[in-house]
Amino acid sequence: MEKNGSIGIDIGSTTFKAVVLNRKKEILFSKVVPTGIKIADQIDNLFQEISFYTKEGYNIISTGYGKEMVREATNRYTEITCHLKGIYEEFRTASTIVDIGGQDSKVIKCGPDGELIDFVMNDKCSAGTGRFLENMAGRFGIHISEIGGIANRISKAQNISSTCTVFAESEIISLLSQGVNTDEILRGLHLALVRRIKSMIKSIGFNPPLIMSGGVSLNPAIRELLGKELGTETLVSKNPQLTAAYGAALLGL
Amino acid sequence: MIIKKLKYLINSELIGKTFLRINSLLEKRKLKKRQKTKKDKLFGPPVYSSSEMKRLMSQHYLRGAYTTKKVAWVTSGGPVEHLLALDYHLFYPENHAALCGARKLSTELIEDSEDFSYSQDICSYVKINFGGVLKNRDPIARIPRPDLILTCNNICQTVLYWYRVIADIYKIPIIVIDAPFVYDSVRNHQREYVKKQLSGAIEVMERIAGKNLSEKKLSEVMHYSKEAVSLWLKILMTARHKPSPITAFDTFIHMGPIVNLRGEKSTVQYYRQLLAELEYRTRNNIGAIQNEEIRLLWDNLPIWFMLREISTSLAGKNTNIIAATFSYAWGELAPLMDESRPIDSIADIYLQVLLNRSTFSKLETFKKLIRELDIDGIILHSNRSCKPYSLGQIDQRNRVASDLNIPAFLIEADQADSRDFNFNQANMRLEAFIEEIKERKWKRTAQ
Repeated sequence: MEKNGSIGIDIGSTTFKAVVLNRKKEILFSKVVPTGIKIADQIDNLFQEISFYTKEGYNIISTGYGKEMVREATNRYTEITCHLKGIYEEFRTASTIVDIGGQDSKVIKCGPDGELIDFVMNDKCSAGTGRFLENMAGRFGIHISEIGGIANRISKAQNISSTCTVFAESEIISLLSQGVNTDEILRGLHLALVRRIKSMIKSIGFNPPLIMSGGVSLNPAIRELLGKELGTETLVSKNPQLTAAYGAALLGL
Repeated sequence: MIIKKLKYLINSELIGKTFLRINSLLEKRKLKKRQKTKKDKLFGPPVYSSSEMKRLMSQHYLRGAYTTKKVAWVTSGGPVEHLLALDYHLFYPENHAALCGARKLSTELIEDSEDFSYSQDICSYVKINFGGVLKNRDPIARIPRPDLILTCNNICQTVLYWYRVIADIYKIPIIVIDAPFVYDSVRNHQREYVKKQLSGAIEVMERIAGKNLSEKKLSEVMHYSKEAVSLWLKILMTARHKPSPITAFDTFIHMGPIVNLRGEKSTVQYYRQLLAELEYRTRNNIGAIQNEEIRLLWDNLPIWFMLREISTSLAGKNTNIIAATFSYAWGELAPLMDESRPIDSIADIYLQVLLNRSTFSKLETFKKLIRELDIDGIILHSNRSCKPYSLGQIDQRNRVASDLNIPAFLIEADQADSRDFNFNQANMRLEAFIEEIKERKWKRTAQ
């Protein structure tokens, strides 16, 4: 039976995202909230908000670490596939997609027809993830949304050799004790993360253009530094935080 | 000695044997009953011969606990045929460590050995063994005290250091067979070098056993060994059938007898029974999983503590890992076994085990299995504990992708140390890999 539309739900480690699409792929509803402790309640609340669409028989596709928790899901996909679908729908080109999420970062190589060529993820620690920046922002007493702007105020960066959240902290303390400018330290932290992502990109081969999705792409310093490191312009999805949820919804049409 | 022998006869051969036989029958009945009442949504019917395999293995461990024979500890790549012919009871610390891993009992033993300053970087099998020996703990079964150690560096160099420690603890002799690395094919001087060592080793084995090697007995052991490994190869190759009647996870479990009990008649009988069951399944199109869409190959040792989680997750995606280079390694050399020239053929076999050959040779094994079993993708387990097996896997992954157009995926884990492994993250990558294969297949069909 043909469906009227589709609902994509992406439950990540940091944020909970949902997108409702009609058959013309137009976004009828979207939502981004921090992932709470009671994910089941968040799912119930979402379904109350979008009850109109569920009654109309929309497909429900879930993705992200919490995808199994959406009992109503008609199908479940990984974020890799969902990001790929979401980005390809928007840009219609072969590309290298970088998604820096809260708990992991992914580099996805997309083929000319939107097919998955290869992907690589960091999976062992928080190096190169949004959580790294979040912790560092916390250390400096800055809100996560401001950290990128501050790091972009200057061009000089301190060398931070560790992207390990724990070890980087001791490096920072050492630099602060030497009276080093905090903006330079912040830029250095961004550069350390970007270099980690760059090595992931190189491990599967860079295929331009470079497109970013995920919450960290809202950070201007990451966008700029990543582009600079790869000698290219960094493109960003229109709704970077919603890319995977959007891609999931597309898979349900 | 008489009391010890009596204890062995009563506990192992009388009470133990009867109990295990009854237990095996009850378990088989339970499996069949469960299959009739509740059909599994993901998996096909269980392999009923499993109950017989458990009986064989339990009996082996029980015999070890009460044995009056001389005991030899051996490595999986060690040439054991002479020891068996001299009536030694064999104990494989690697197999014991794998059992501890599969039963999720390994972490405590690993931490026990780290209490004695053994580094976290050392192979987890070694540390499971050390943990048990140093703290005198046997969570699976009583480990028989060794009279002799036989080890061969054809699987890794770690075994040398591992068993020097054990030999020092128990103050016992250790035989090390040094197997030169085989780059393309076995050279005559390599064969002669191993043969010379084997001849020297036999003298030590005889001295400790207090008897001379019987050629007749050796020939019998060789005969059963050859038959068991030949049957094992046939068992693995039943995976050719679509759907495959077996999963690689089954082979990891059912390889117990080929590792521990090859050279024994009961092992041959057991593998005949298992092969007959699998052939029945192929004739009747009974798959190991319900809806086999994707067929994968596994490289390296299993992640013992995650067998169920990984197999269930994959079956949920209509994916079956139908074969593994690890289980195949025990069957691929079967044709080389020749009871008419025991020393020569043993030298050839133990020189050519998978880990003693070049990475190009492993690529050839990949190619062979991909071709024969119609494989859709490969999972390469980059195993922190087993460096020789994991060496070159990134290049192998790239070569498989470029030369054979088969996607390959690298999963980082450990064979028995669960402390550095996050299933959810690994599973997400695994699922993405399956989605990639499905899309490729779908596109191929659409063209």
